[in-house]
Amino acid sequence: MNKILKISLIVIYLLFIGISLIFHFESGEAIGNNFFSFAFSMLKIVPVAFVLIGLFEVWIRKETIEKHLGEDSSWIGFFWAIVLSSTTAGGLYVAFPIAAVLYKKGAKLSIIFTYLGAVSVCRIPMTIFEASFLGIKFTLVRLLISLPLIIISSIIMGRFLTNTRFEISGN
Amino acid sequence: MLILYLATAILFIISLFANKQKTIKALKIAFKRFRKILPAFLTMLIFVSVVIYLFPHELIIKYLGIGNKYVSTLFASLLGSITIMPGFIAFPLAGILRQQGIPYMVISAFTTTLMLVGIITFPIEREYFGVKITIIRNVICFIIAIIVAFIMGVVFGEIGI
Repeated sequence: MNKILKISLIVIYLLFIGISLIFHFESGEAIGNNFFSFAFSMLKIVPVAFVLIGLFEVWIRKETIEKHLGEDSSWIGFFWAIVLSSTTAGGLYVAFPIAAVLYKKGAKLSIIFTYLGAVSVCRIPMTIFEASFLGIKFTLVRLLISLPLIIISSIIMGRFLTNTRFEISGN
Repeated sequence: MLILYLATAILFIISLFANKQKTIKALKIAFKRFRKILPAFLTMLIFVSVVIYLFPHELIIKYLGIGNKYVSTLFASLLGSITIMPGFIAFPLAGILRQQGIPYMVISAFTTTLMLVGIITFPIEREYFGVKITIIRNVICFIIAIIVAFIMGVVFGEIGI
């Protein structure tokens, strides 16, 4: 049922865009343009990200990730998560599959959530952009407040979910 | 961007020389995972295209400037949560907001939720983490963004304590 609904939604959407383009229906054309420009910018990053994920999966040993980011890792694990996040290109939509593969290789949940949060606040290109438009003070204050909050909330969430025996299913 | 392509290409070539089978396996994994998540990406793109149409930039600039700064902060964080934009659009927009005299607190609420809270990426996040975690994570991130905004307001002297 759910699947049929999803497919029909996509078909209706595409029909709407197609008809709009033919009859020059303005709103439909605008929505279609948004779709293609976003699809294009995602296609520039996502396939590359998945190739890297594939390489990561075959080359990096589970023990390595377990040791540095797993249950018994120290606070340095959080540091690595933040370093990794600052170099992640794209946005959350790239970070989710990366987080999933890290988890599969044995990273603990609090590290995973820290990574996802940090991707949103400290990607390097984004931070430079922000500082140039809003000032270095703005960027520094924002980082100094949000990063500790992200780490603390991730640890709490990780504990809570580990206690309830949660596991990331999905892919 | 170019660095990413270059790095991937170099890693790929090294991998190919080191072990051909493993490299082929990596490509297979990449393709399989990509295909699996593709429907969620498509759903997200549909949401994105409609939301951007409903909340164009002019509208955002217009509405963040009016009213009480606390109301604006809340409004900005809701707006930031439901829309999505790449940094190279979001921060110039934030720069324009600043030039119009909109408080740092409001701008921070907007940019932080924009990056941290992803209602639009819900279809993808759900695929990996399930509905429950996706909701909890986004609610926590929303609260963090609000806290950050208020501390910003204090630091920049917009709220007196």
